[in-house]
Amino acid sequence: MKLPDKTTTILDAIGEITDGASVMVGGFGVPGTPFCLINELVRQGAKDLTIIKNDANESGMGIDHLLKNGQVARLITTHIGLNPRAIEMMNAGDIKVEFCAQGILAERIRAAGAGLAGILTDIGIDTELGVGKQRVDVGDRTQMVETALGADFALIHADRADPFGNLCYSGTAQNFNPAMAMAANVVIAEFEALHPLGQLSPDIIHTPGPFVDRVVELTELTGEYAVVRR
Amino acid sequence: MVARAARDIQAGMTVNLGIGLPTQVIEYIAPDMQVCLHSENGIAGIGPALPYDAADRNLIDAGGAYVSPVGGTSYFDSTVSFALVRGGRLDLTMLGAFQVSMRGDLANWKIPGLFTPGAGGGMELAQKAEQVLVLTTHTDRKGRSKLVQDCTLPLTARGCVTRVFTDMAVIDITPNGFALSEIAQGLTTDDVVNATDAPLDVPSGGIPVF
Repeated sequence: MKLPDKTTTILDAIGEITDGASVMVGGFGVPGTPFCLINELVRQGAKDLTIIKNDANESGMGIDHLLKNGQVARLITTHIGLNPRAIEMMNAGDIKVEFCAQGILAERIRAAGAGLAGILTDIGIDTELGVGKQRVDVGDRTQMVETALGADFALIHADRADPFGNLCYSGTAQNFNPAMAMAANVVIAEFEALHPLGQLSPDIIHTPGPFVDRVVELTELTGEYAVVRR
Repeated sequence: MVARAARDIQAGMTVNLGIGLPTQVIEYIAPDMQVCLHSENGIAGIGPALPYDAADRNLIDAGGAYVSPVGGTSYFDSTVSFALVRGGRLDLTMLGAFQVSMRGDLANWKIPGLFTPGAGGGMELAQKAEQVLVLTTHTDRKGRSKLVQDCTLPLTARGCVTRVFTDMAVIDITPNGFALSEIAQGLTTDDVVNATDAPLDVPSGGIPVF
C-alpha cells in the first residue's frame, strides 16, 4: 500500500482561496509564518478575508502585505503591537479586530480540529473579553464558553515534510501550526525540505499526514524568513 | 530595578518573563542558577540571547529576541505552552504594566483609541502563574503614576499582582493596599509617596535601599 501524494504548486493551492474566505495562518513573529503562501495570496488577490493569526507580523512582512493590499476584513488575533498599520486600520475602522487571549485562541482552534464545539475557561472572565460570553458553572467554578474556531483554509509553514503531508517543525516555529493544521477544511502546508515517504521517522512527526490536504515545496526562501535585525 | 527584580527568582522555579522590561531580567540571573525560563511561544529552558550573526531564525522568545537552548531545552506548540501556564506549572511571571491598582488589578493591553497592542498571553500569565510580579516605570511618559487606586484602563486580570518593581521602589500589594518595601538609592519616602497616585503604607523605621 502507498500513501497518497498531495504535492501541488503554490499557484494551484492558493488559487482555491476565494473572496470572503476565512484563513488561519501559522506563525508567532517570523518563525512558523508561511510567508511564501501569504505572498501568493497577495498576488492572487482574494478579498474580504477573515484572517486568524496570533499576530499581524511587522511592517513589510507577512500579514502586513495583506493589510496593505486591502484584502483583510476581519482579523482574529492576540497581539498586533509590532504592526502600526494593523493598529491604524483598526482605529480607523478599516478592519475589524477581535482580540483573544493567546492560549485560548490556540485552544479554540485545537477544539475545532478535535471535533469539539468549544471549551470552558475562566481566562479573561474579569475583562472586556469576557463580556457577553455564555457562563457555565462547573462545580463551584464559573466558566465561560469559548466557541471552537475553525476556518475554510489553514496556511502552515513546516521545516520538513513528505508527499503525504507528514510535517515536522523547527524550534519555536511550531507555535500555532500544529493546531491550525487540524482545524481548517483545506490545510495547505509549505515546507523547506522534501523527504521521500518513509524517510521521516514515524516517531518524530508533529502533524500527521491525514490532517493535511496540500503540500507545497519551497524552492527558495524569501528574505522574510531570515533573522530580523531590528 | 531589573537587577533587584531578578533576586526574587528562586532556584528550582519555572519562570516566564514578559515582553519589555521583564525580558531584561534574564541578564541578571546567575549562569549556574537552576531555573527554567519559559516563553509562551513554545520553549522551556531559555538560554542567553544571541547576536544576529549567531542566531537561529527559528528560535525566538515571545518578545522576538533570538535566544539559545540550554541542556534540556524543549520546544512545543502553543496549546502545550498554555497548558503549562493554565495547568499551574508556572511558579512566577514578571509582566509589564500600563496600570496596577492597590488591589493588584493589572492593565497592560489596551489604551482605548491610542495604543491597543492586545494581551498576547498576558491574561493567562496574570491569572494563572503562582506569583505575578510587575516590572515597570513608576510613572508614564506624561509623569502620571502607574500605581493607582483603580485601573481606568481595561483590565488584563483582577487581583493578580502581589509585588511591583519600579525605578523608584519595590512595593508590595497587601490586603490593605500598597506597602513600601524597598526604595531606590538616593530617593526619600516622600518622593515615592508623591509619585504614587494611591495610599502608600510606609513602614516605620529604616527601609531597605536597592
